[in-house]
Amino acid sequence: MSGSLATILIFLPLAGALFLWLLPVGRLAGSFALLFALAEIGFWINGLVEFDFDGQEAQFDQSWTWFSDLGVSYHVGYFAFSFWLAGLAVVVMAAAIAYGFWVGRERPRAYFGLMLFLTSAVVGVFSSQDLLLFYVFFEAMLIPLYVLIGVWGGAGRLGATVKFVIYTMAGSLLMLASVIVFGLSQGTFDLVESGTSDSTWIFLGFAVAFAVKAPLFPFHGWLPDAYRESSPEVAAVLSGLISKAAVFGFIRICFDKFPGPFDDWRNVFLALAATGLVYGSLLAFRAPDIRGVIAYSSLAQMGLITIGIFALNIASVSGAILQSVNHGLLSATLFLLAGTIERRTSTGDFNRLGGMARGRPALATVLMATGIIALAVPGSAAFAGEFLILAGVFGTGWGWAAIGAVGMVLAAMYMLRLISAVLHTEPGPAVSKTALDLRPAELGILLPLVACLLALSAWPAGISDRVIENSPGFPAFRELEP
Amino acid sequence: MIETPSVDWFALSPSLVALAAAAICLLSAVLVPRWLLRPFAAFICAVGFIGAFVMAAIVFGKSPDAQLIVAETASRDRFAALAQMIVMASGLLTIGVSYSARMRQEHIGEYYALLATACAGMAFLVQAGSLMTLFLGLEWFSVCLYILCAIEIDLESSLEAGLKYLIIGGMGSAVLLFGSALVYGSTGELGFSQIAEATAANDLADDPILLVGLAMILAGLSFKASVAPFHMWTPDVYEGAPTPVTGFMAAATKTVALVLMYRVLVVAFPESEDVWTIAVAVLACISLAWGNIAALVQRRVKRLLAYSSISHAGFMLIAIAADNELGVRALLFYLIPYSAISIGAFAIVAARERELGENVTLDNLAGFGWERPLLGAAMFTFMLGFAGFPLTGGFMGKFLVFSAASEAGWNWLVIVGVVATLVSLYYYLAVIRAMYMRPAAELGLAPVGGSPPREIMLSSAVVLAMAVNIGSFFAIQPLVDLARNAGEALPL
Repeated sequence: MSGSLATILIFLPLAGALFLWLLPVGRLAGSFALLFALAEIGFWINGLVEFDFDGQEAQFDQSWTWFSDLGVSYHVGYFAFSFWLAGLAVVVMAAAIAYGFWVGRERPRAYFGLMLFLTSAVVGVFSSQDLLLFYVFFEAMLIPLYVLIGVWGGAGRLGATVKFVIYTMAGSLLMLASVIVFGLSQGTFDLVESGTSDSTWIFLGFAVAFAVKAPLFPFHGWLPDAYRESSPEVAAVLSGLISKAAVFGFIRICFDKFPGPFDDWRNVFLALAATGLVYGSLLAFRAPDIRGVIAYSSLAQMGLITIGIFALNIASVSGAILQSVNHGLLSATLFLLAGTIERRTSTGDFNRLGGMARGRPALATVLMATGIIALAVPGSAAFAGEFLILAGVFGTGWGWAAIGAVGMVLAAMYMLRLISAVLHTEPGPAVSKTALDLRPAELGILLPLVACLLALSAWPAGISDRVIENSPGFPAFRELEP
Repeated sequence: MIETPSVDWFALSPSLVALAAAAICLLSAVLVPRWLLRPFAAFICAVGFIGAFVMAAIVFGKSPDAQLIVAETASRDRFAALAQMIVMASGLLTIGVSYSARMRQEHIGEYYALLATACAGMAFLVQAGSLMTLFLGLEWFSVCLYILCAIEIDLESSLEAGLKYLIIGGMGSAVLLFGSALVYGSTGELGFSQIAEATAANDLADDPILLVGLAMILAGLSFKASVAPFHMWTPDVYEGAPTPVTGFMAAATKTVALVLMYRVLVVAFPESEDVWTIAVAVLACISLAWGNIAALVQRRVKRLLAYSSISHAGFMLIAIAADNELGVRALLFYLIPYSAISIGAFAIVAARERELGENVTLDNLAGFGWERPLLGAAMFTFMLGFAGFPLTGGFMGKFLVFSAASEAGWNWLVIVGVVATLVSLYYYLAVIRAMYMRPAAELGLAPVGGSPPREIMLSSAVVLAMAVNIGSFFAIQPLVDLARNAGEALPL
């Protein structure tokens, strides 16, 4: 069974989605969806136990020919870094589904079916070892997201979806052209079998698609609307997970298949990422509401992660992976917290919030703990990730590291501002005395996420150690490194 | 005594079976009691299409080598047989869509008879081996379609559509005929392969008369395939014609016109390859640009789908322009999900039309997805299929088309196609948006109310179309194998 784990992880949620759509499960849809999501986590943990972190090859590797004329195959498997990203995916999706279940979304069969479909697509992205398969999953993510934002989103959802779809599709359709040209020139679409290419154009087709997905400055135009108009759990998935598809793409495709152009364009991407880091941090500091802060902090964090990847040494890339997992968990927790606060006050506006700590110890503790980890206090998981990135970047150029350090300071500023605007100061006009503390069910959703973060804080090396050394492209790279 | 050539009846059987069904339908109009007429005629027509499909499949199996039959005027090969299968399957789905359409009682028999005759004509056309049979087949099915468009004689728009189609279609045929005459004048031959031989033997590849003839034949077929700039009839006719007929035209007419265009170009004009690949590529670009940009501003769904069909003609022309083995496969594969999606999408428009009793616009689609989950979900997959999203055959079709163009070294055409796809997303997603994301209350519309009519036949046709659409994504290999076998019949 463990041999086909990658396939199970993809098709289990898909089966769940079909189950919800085709059978008249009615209001039980949420509980079934949660069951499927938890089973998915179970399978992933089972995989983690068996995962061989010293292995040189993709694990749980499975390959079937799909379309032999052009060398397209269904080829899935995991490297260490993608397995951690898949773990992030199953955990965050389960939390999002649980949150949707607790809130009680309308039209539950459609809603939870789409969430499970999305799980399947995201996990598929992280496990695909064939270029066309990767593209299929990459695009398939967009279908449920489009509907989830467009149907269950806020008042401005229609504009947000159009912007989101047009931005991401502009990127990914150029990527389709790159996929085709690259695949045909290699004679196969299999990522393991295909060689490297020196074509700058093909490289840019891929890199821009990932830059939109991440998003990197200046491709982030879709981000504020999409994060603000979607429901909290979908925003959590968007910022926590979907952006990580870009991390996977940068490492698995841009670096492994285009070492030459990757090197040529490194400074450009470092500059964009650094700009995004500072710009996003400043916007987060100025944002007037909770979601604005989290949204722009995501832009900043993705900038930092991209710096780590493009700095290209073992330490910085390992740190980038660790930070991807951290950021996924953090922004998911924060968006879900924002959702719980909005439910109590029907606003996320700082002017109308404040003083929520009084009489609500659980909310205060969870938000405080998450915020403290997010601003990368020494000893936290985020600190470990950012430190590794910066330590690695120093080897590439101290200037980039200095900008990264500035980003860390700014992170402290905007996170503390968020915490104090929500929890401290005088109670805002929207905060009524009767607004409840976190309910046990909400704690049941949030605490596991915080627990994951605390576990990573205690043992960040669990992820960062041996996460990238055996991944594709890196063994060759290590020989070059002095 | 006139000498008659030996006739390979077996190779012509798909046409003949459909014609036989048409004859029975026509007779049934006078012989069968009124209450039984609708199920009887539809049943006979369906049996005819299934029979013709099976015969085409048998011909496909038994004709590994292409050969010319009936005094070298028709060809018996897998290329034609596969196109015939697509046509017959389209006809079958159309019966499901038409079944509960409101129609004058005295037209039912004629309707199904004309549908079957049109399919027979299309089946004959794709077998054409000479300019004479080409013109014959083209007129055969066109005349049927002119009448089908105008069959709702109580509706002004239907009559107008029929008339418009007749006039512009007639012009297209005239252009085609003139072009054929020029080609005949230049080469002295009518058979496709004889034209190619004569061109090569007499070094006529650059003969201006031949090239003008080629251009006019291309233009004439472009009228039928609604390729821009020869598309001007398409939006009006698609909008005015009865919706099931529109779906049938979008799927089957386009299939045969493009398949035949490909056959004529590669069999009769291989010497002028440099010229026509460029011409087809230019036509593809114009269709993609015009179809997509015009579709952006449409509010009526039938017009929107009409422009979308123009842009899809552009995508398929890319495969023709690539002019390589992958291109044939891409064209033939693309047609399979495309035909299913077209008929399915128009079926859903028909369902909504019958429910509301008025033209379907993006506004009055509001809430449709939630009111009728099956049809809504199907329309969702059709729109994704048109837009070329994964998990639909539309994606694989585009992937193949772009691969063919890239292999032919036309990467710029890939970029054009990609940009066109991006533009098309806006209006395909607008349909999904209209169905799911804008509750009727928000738009100030009264909810439709009442329970919609149950249309088992229409729903089955839609489910079949959805199955083809999604199935062709996963089962691309067997379908492409069919397309490869079919493509081997052409000299490439």
